[in-house]
Amino acid sequence: MQVPILKQGGYLIASIQSVLSDADLVQLRDNLGERVGTFRSRGVIIDVTVLDVIDSFATRTLRGIAHMLKLRGAETVIVGIQPDVAFAMVQLGLTLEGVGTALDLEEGLAYLDLRTKRTPVNGN
Amino acid sequence: METDTQTEIRSAMDIVTARQRGRALALELGFNGADVTLIAAAISEVARNIVDHAKKGEISMSSVNSSISGGRRGIQIIARDEGPGIRDVAQAMQYGYSTRKGLGVGLPGAKWLMDEFEIASEIGRGTTVTMKKWKR
Ligand SMILES: Nc1ncnc2c1ncn2[C@@H]1O[C@H](COP(=O)(O)OP(=O)(O)OP(=O)(O)O)[C@@H](O)[C@H]1O
Ligand SMILES: [Mg+2]
Repeated sequence: MQVPILKQGGYLIASIQSVLSDADLVQLRDNLGERVGTFRSRGVIIDVTVLDVIDSFATRTLRGIAHMLKLRGAETVIVGIQPDVAFAMVQLGLTLEGVGTALDLEEGLAYLDLRTKRTPVNGN
Repeated sequence: METDTQTEIRSAMDIVTARQRGRALALELGFNGADVTLIAAAISEVARNIVDHAKKGEISMSSVNSSISGGRRGIQIIARDEGPGIRDVAQAMQYGYSTRKGLGVGLPGAKWLMDEFEIASEIGRGTTVTMKKWKR
């Protein structure tokens, strides 16, 4: 299942809709990399609210996407990690080292505004 | 109540299926929400290892009763494959050890998530991980 990517002001928002296959994640990475160039986006929000588990593979992938986007000049923030999911990540010893996280979409936008040092984008 | 399920693991989508079945069984057994997620995460790791390191295998899940006094109820998960096996199990259990470019978190992580964890592996014959979690 493909991940829809929305453009909001200077940012891109990718909302993960369901559990993703490896191919979906690779495609998400490629699509984000490409669109950051097309739209000259400075920030990307990845919404993982619906993910039931973030395991070592998902962690590695999210980190990889964030690092790749950083090299393309964009900041990434992961939003919506559920409490139980976060607890399991802690138990697994997983961290999203070097990747921004925020509670929800709104906090994610605020985080990006701060990190990309822009005045808040219009529309919100 | 005998609720046994068997899930063939061949691709990433099967990992999701195993996780969902484990979640359903854990809920049925009366585990709380946080524990259900811990169990699903452990299943995800061992299933992922089958796909990553052994290509195919299977995961069976069932309810278990502890033999020791009190007869505590729990969930048992067995991940079995006939892949290449693990040369040094103690090393594979170390946090951060990976023969691929993984984080090396899967095996030690799954052990932390569960109450009991055993791994039997033989080169050329395959790997079996047996793990249990008891209801609190
Ligand atoms: N089912 C298996 N068959 C063969 N080798 C395995 C199996 N499971 C684990 N291993 C070996 O044990 C090592 C450690 O496994 P572990 O799950 O901890 O880390 P990983 O899979 O390499 O990375 P991560 O799980 O963090 O993505 C693996 O790199 C692999 O060599
Ligand atoms: Mg692993």
